[in-house]
Amino acid sequence: MKETTYLEAIREALWEEMKTDESVFILGEDIGTYGGAFKITEGFLKEFGPDRVIDTPISEAAIVGAAIGAAHMGFKPVAEMQFIDFIAPAFDMIVNFAAKVRYRTGVGAGLVIRGPCGGGARAGPFHSQNVESYFANVPGLKMVAPATARDAKGLLRAAIRDPDPVLYFEHKFLYRRIKEELPTDEEILVPIGEARTHRPGNDLTLITYGAPLYKAEEAAERVAEEDGAQIEVIDLRSLRPLDIETLVESVRRTHRALIVHEAPRFGGFAGEITAQLCEEAFEWLDAPIRRVTAIDTPVPYSPPLEDYHLPQMEDIVTAARWLLSY
Amino acid sequence: MAAPNAQDLRQLYRHLYLTRALEERLERLVDQGHIAGDLCRCLGQEAIAVGSAWALEPGDWLAPSIRDLGALLVRGLEPREMLLQYMARTGSPCAGKDDANHFTDRERGLLGPIGPLGTQLCVLNGVALAFKARGERQVCMTYQGDGETRTGASHEGLAFAAALRLPMVVVIESNQWAFSTRSHREAAIDEWTDVARGYGVPAIQADGNDVIAVFEAAREAVARARSGLGLTLIVAETYRMLGHSQHDPQAYVPPEELEEWRARDPIDRFESYLLDRHETADGLARIRSVIDSRLDQAVDQALAEPLPEPETALGHVYAAPEVEPAPWTRGAPVGYPDVATSIVPTRMEPPRSL
Repeated sequence: MKETTYLEAIREALWEEMKTDESVFILGEDIGTYGGAFKITEGFLKEFGPDRVIDTPISEAAIVGAAIGAAHMGFKPVAEMQFIDFIAPAFDMIVNFAAKVRYRTGVGAGLVIRGPCGGGARAGPFHSQNVESYFANVPGLKMVAPATARDAKGLLRAAIRDPDPVLYFEHKFLYRRIKEELPTDEEILVPIGEARTHRPGNDLTLITYGAPLYKAEEAAERVAEEDGAQIEVIDLRSLRPLDIETLVESVRRTHRALIVHEAPRFGGFAGEITAQLCEEAFEWLDAPIRRVTAIDTPVPYSPPLEDYHLPQMEDIVTAARWLLSY
Repeated sequence: MAAPNAQDLRQLYRHLYLTRALEERLERLVDQGHIAGDLCRCLGQEAIAVGSAWALEPGDWLAPSIRDLGALLVRGLEPREMLLQYMARTGSPCAGKDDANHFTDRERGLLGPIGPLGTQLCVLNGVALAFKARGERQVCMTYQGDGETRTGASHEGLAFAAALRLPMVVVIESNQWAFSTRSHREAAIDEWTDVARGYGVPAIQADGNDVIAVFEAAREAVARARSGLGLTLIVAETYRMLGHSQHDPQAYVPPEELEEWRARDPIDRFESYLLDRHETADGLARIRSVIDSRLDQAVDQALAEPLPEPETALGHVYAAPEVEPAPWTRGAPVGYPDVATSIVPTRMEPPRSL
């Protein structure tokens, strides 16, 4: 076993996949000489050389485009967006090219686009976003958002091996804050499309992903301590495909559902989960489904503003109590 | 690649004529209602696609833009496939999922473009990157309309190909119009060859209505790419002789310009070139008549092909598993209000609130 941070887990998955599979290569801005803005790929250039660790121009569309073409040729590219906010210039290449190419032509594009998402780092409107909902309505894409070091490693490995385009959202707030003992003698592989029950309970189902998992866990502990109710916390891990079976099973058992995410509310991913739960578990619900999300504003820079914007542990406790007393 | 011999010249002529004759049949099929979508013709521009693609070798890759049917035919596409594609039939290269030249074929090294322009260059860069990484000597060639060079994808793709010294040739088809806007109103440069300077790569100007001139330019650019010298732009001057698509009568185009360019028709010009050398009018007529009868046959065969079964719309979104119809939409086995039995076939314990 080895204590591994969330960041190291990402780095190890990349390193090990590149070691074992010569078709894996990485490309992005400042990932080579500099080792990446967050140092995820530090040392990669020296180990794997410039053909497999490619520093590119500041051209996100060109980066993703090249990843698609290389994937057509049998490579397994991992493209880094320096911040996931910068995925916007590559939107066309992702939603119109990568997502549709297998459907249109029968030729798939197995590639990974990964990058740091999320707030709490006092990074302002353009280095803090969560972009999953921009892409959620696009058939052909897969999306994962790990919250633990184990899942960060296992999902990245699964994403690299997946034959379809996978957007891999790594939460920058967790990079060095989350540590876990991970085995060194076992290949950690987490299948895409499977949620994980983080904390069992029978009184309320709390569905979340990414960094809010830790606020949810704290809230669940507080409610257990102060109210005696057991909240089941489910970490989605994969957003698309969505493990609706696990959610439905839990909600049919607890009869209450609370969805927590860090992206804004309107059109957020919680809306899709709510709709599916209404379709699949309506008769089992004892209360309306509730959402705790960011407020519908850009992510502001100043600490009190950002804290106000983001969903907080107290918000989750309040919503949970409301649901439990409904 | 050597200069074209008599055999090559005849083949070039075949492909020029085939391009035009196939499009004429496609146009007729649109008029007859056999093609559901739109058609963008390359009338008057055939020499660019045919002449440039002729400079490629087996194993090279090519990504067309809108008006490059001739390049696909040179690279082995069967007219029958193109007919099926436009007619959205089962056996089309996209199985009815997409139209026009939007298909990709790894065997023949064809990369299909998509609706948003310029993006095919960005993707073809990845193919070139693969060639380079494997130490292979293959090259890539792609096309952009003069208007298309104004897209962000074009800029990023050119910058990327240039910076990484990719084995790439980009042919700019300067047909003077970006849909209804004069191309020169879309840029503050006088010559499209100036585009290359910003990326630090060479540009070759070619008469786009002279198939031999285009071939010579492409031969030079392909040789540069193959020898590791990177990206070259070819600017081929031509004129769009029909509207942007079948829906555009191009009332905005001055008739005298069309008249002027009609006199430079690339197929007429190449016929004169061939007649001045070793071909006879009868010989060329024979070539045309063989193509015509084969095409008519292909049209009849394509018309007999079935349209796809509706539920095949579900296939190939992901490698696996296949997408299922959404509840309560086409084909999903859900009845009306007897919800207790129909919505949830694997019902668990009754809800405690009931």
